[in-house]
Parts: sequence; C-alpha cells; structure tokens
Amino acid sequence: MRIRPVGAHALLLDFTANPAEPADLRAAQPSAAEVAGMVEAWRAELWRRRDRGDLVATEIVPAAATVLLNGVPDPMAAADRIAGWAPPSPATTALADADLLEVPVTYDGEDLPRVAGHWGTDVPGVVRRLGRTEFRVAFCGFAPGFGYLTGLPAELAVPRLATPRPRVPAGSVALAGPYAGIYPTASPGGWLLVGRTALTLFDAHAHPPALLTPGTRVRLVTA
Amino acid sequence: MTRLCVVRAGALSTVQDLGRAGWAHLGVARSGALDPGALRLANRLVGNPESAAGLETTLTGCDLRPTRATTMAVVGAEADVWVGDRPGDTGRPLAVPGGTLLRIGPARRGLRCWLAVAGGIAVDPVLGSRSTDTLSGLGPSPLRDGDRLPLGAPAGPPAPVDVTVPVAHPAQLDLAVRLGPRHDWFTPAALDLLFGTAYQVSPVSNRVGARLTGAPLPRAVAGELPSEGLVLGAVQVPADGQPLIFLADHPVTGGYPVIAVVDDVTPLAQARPGTTVRFHGPQR
Repeated sequence: MRIRPVGAHALLLDFTANPAEPADLRAAQPSAAEVAGMVEAWRAELWRRRDRGDLVATEIVPAAATVLLNGVPDPMAAADRIAGWAPPSPATTALADADLLEVPVTYDGEDLPRVAGHWGTDVPGVVRRLGRTEFRVAFCGFAPGFGYLTGLPAELAVPRLATPRPRVPAGSVALAGPYAGIYPTASPGGWLLVGRTALTLFDAHAHPPALLTPGTRVRLVTA
Repeated sequence: MTRLCVVRAGALSTVQDLGRAGWAHLGVARSGALDPGALRLANRLVGNPESAAGLETTLTGCDLRPTRATTMAVVGAEADVWVGDRPGDTGRPLAVPGGTLLRIGPARRGLRCWLAVAGGIAVDPVLGSRSTDTLSGLGPSPLRDGDRLPLGAPAGPPAPVDVTVPVAHPAQLDLAVRLGPRHDWFTPAALDLLFGTAYQVSPVSNRVGARLTGAPLPRAVAGELPSEGLVLGAVQVPADGQPLIFLADHPVTGGYPVIAVVDDVTPLAQARPGTTVRFHGPQR
C-alpha cells in the first residue's frame, strides 16, 4: 500500500502497483481480486477505526483500487499512523458475516446475446453464471446508489457500448468491464443490459439511503 | 407561512446551503454553495445560522417577491440590487416589505451571487441538506419562474455590523495547488506546462467543474486509471489533456488522473469564461 497526499485535507490509500515505476518494481503486481480484497479490508477497517475515534475523516470512499480519506485534519500525521496499522487480513474482516442481499432480476436485457457472445456461451448460460455468482459491492460512484459489484472473474470482463444509450431505465441490471451494476435512476449509460429489478436502489429518505452499500454481498436471483 | 415568489428565476438559480458531507461512499457529492464563505456572510447579515439555505444565482441574477416583510442580503458578484424602485447595497441587510420585488441585476463583474432570507429557504432537506446537486439531481430543482419557496421562521435579529470584504474580480486567478495524487502519470514537461503557462476558463464550465483550455498536459503513463475518489479542487486531466478543476457538484469517483489539487476553489465561483488561470505550487 502507498499513501498518497491529495491536496491539503485528504489521503489516498493506493493498492495498485504504480505504473509510473520501472517494470521490475511492478513484477509482483497483485491480481485484481487481491486488490479488491485489500480495498474492502481497509475500507472496513477504516470505518471501524473512525467509529472508535482512532481516525477523523469526513469521507472514507472506497474505489476500484484505492480508498480516499477526505476531510482529514492533519493528513501527514494521519498517514504516519495509518502506515503503522497492521493491514487487516481480508479473511478476518466482517466481510464474511455481512448480510447477503438477494436482488430479484428479470433476465430480459437486450444485450444478453452480446454478453453470451463475449463469454462463449448462450443466453441461459449467462443467466446461470450471473445467478450463481456471489457479488460484493466494491464501491459506489457514477450516480447516488450505483454500486460497482465485483465477483465475476477477470476473463468475463465485457466492453462498454461504443455509443452509450441516451436513456437506461431505473432498475436495469448491467455489465461493464469486470463489474455488474444496477442503475438506481434512469440515466444515459453504456453498460450492457442483462435484466432489470423492481427493487428501489436509492431512496434519500431511507436508512441507509442506498441498498447497495460498500461491502454488501449480493446475489442476482431470477425473479 | 411566508413564501418567496420567484418572479424571474434567471439563468441558473439554485437553493444552496453548506452541502451534504459524509455520503460520498454512496455516490453522493457534497454539493453546496460554490463560495461557502459568501453564503455564511449573507446568512449572518440576516440573522440566520450560517448553515441556513439561501439562493445562488448565476450571471443574470433573479427577481424575488416575499409574501411578508422580511430581511434579505446579497453577497458575491458586482451587481445592481433593487428593493422595489429603490437601490440597495450588496453586503448589507435589506428590509424588504411584503409584496415588494427584490431584484438582483446581471453581474457586471464576477458571476454568482448568494442571497439569504431571514429564516432561510425551508424546502425539505435531502440527506441533511437543501442544496441542489446539478449533477445527480438530488435536492430541489433549479428555480423556475412562478416557484413559491417556503421560508423558515426568522432565528434572530439581523447582524448590526459585520465585516464585508468586497469580492475581488481579478482578470487572472493565481491558484495554489499541491501536486498529486497522480502527477507521476504525467511527463516532466506536463508539470512545466501546468506551472509555466496560462489557461483560460472555458464557457462549458459549471457547478461540476471549471473546464480550462490551454496547453494540453502530456501523459507519461498511457492507459486507464481505475476509478478513484475525487476531492473538491482536484485538477483532473481527461484524454484531451485539457485540465478540469472539480467544484461542488463533482462526481465522487473518476477514472482520469488527477495531477494536482487546488487549495481554494472559491475564486473560481466568480470566474467568467475567458478568465486566465495560472497555477503555482509550494514546490515551485
């Protein structure tokens, strides 16, 4: 892990190899799954430490390969302390105990044949594969309540549409890169549509407002 | 309940307070007034808590009519303010009789004004804030002609005295930045260009970000950056190499490298298209 300063009030915990470093230093690059595991473990650990009062940060924001700490009163001092914290082992975090959320999905997305083509299977094969994958919300972004779900192996990554659709309906279940995601509201989007759910993904007046919070385990079950 | 009738909404007028911090992990930006200090001052001038919701106008101002007598204050861009047919000052409490039109004219210099009303704008808060997030659509819609905004009960008397520093509107902004977190994705020449050349604020700038045009910043590392968390003031460099400084409604994560972070973005709230921006840093 590298800790990078971000302006005057933030730190970025970076779990990737630095692509700006010489290739020999990047040789022992962790796999995407290992990086995701470290992000989740540190995200959970930092949230716990903040709850306990060991850490002051307005925002703790996990992402693909980093965790951002924003609103940190003295980032340099915080960086020193964080560097001294033992990196929690993914196996011992609360991850395994996290609630499993079952999302009922009607698999009728118009890009199912395209995904089947990328995966070298047929449409029922895509549905079976998605149904038996245990996903986890790695991070949120793009829109309030839009969770990036990890769990598919790297070789099943799919490209985005070259031209995004002007309007993807709310509840659309879709794939892009190594991620699955569910559109919380109608918006433009370039992800490949595989189905839809009737669940409300984001409700500002609910607690918590997002159904898919970082760390949540998710199954996309056939509705 | 006292209401504020929107007679002329102007180019883009939104309800803003100090924003909804603490939800970025769910994809929710902080939003809030682009110049929080100006909104705080306007609130103090009318006797509100500094965190009360007011209005943020853009370039063309707006015209408002309270249903009952109230106190208002306008802070920000250099603009004519009228209470009925009598001129009013910016940076001072204004007594506005019920049914009288308060007009904020077009900005002569600068871009945005913040208006506070005694009691604050009392629309329903969303995640603890009444701010309009123009990127995600959270919070109230931007004002439209004919809107009637609810006002809260006045909290206290207007401030008898406050320090109102006139807003400077320099033709060139000198912004202090700190390098990183991804300056190592750029060539040394890119850092020379960032600190050594002038950029111009582009007309497509908005509450999400100030887009700049100027020397494109060449990358040392090709390829995509996995999405990572963004902060206010992040100077992101998209594929075309033209930097973009993120403001209050910025997305919470982004996939282009951030070369540096601006210490204080509030001067950008008044930066019209064409304004020159120069960066300097503690390193140089």
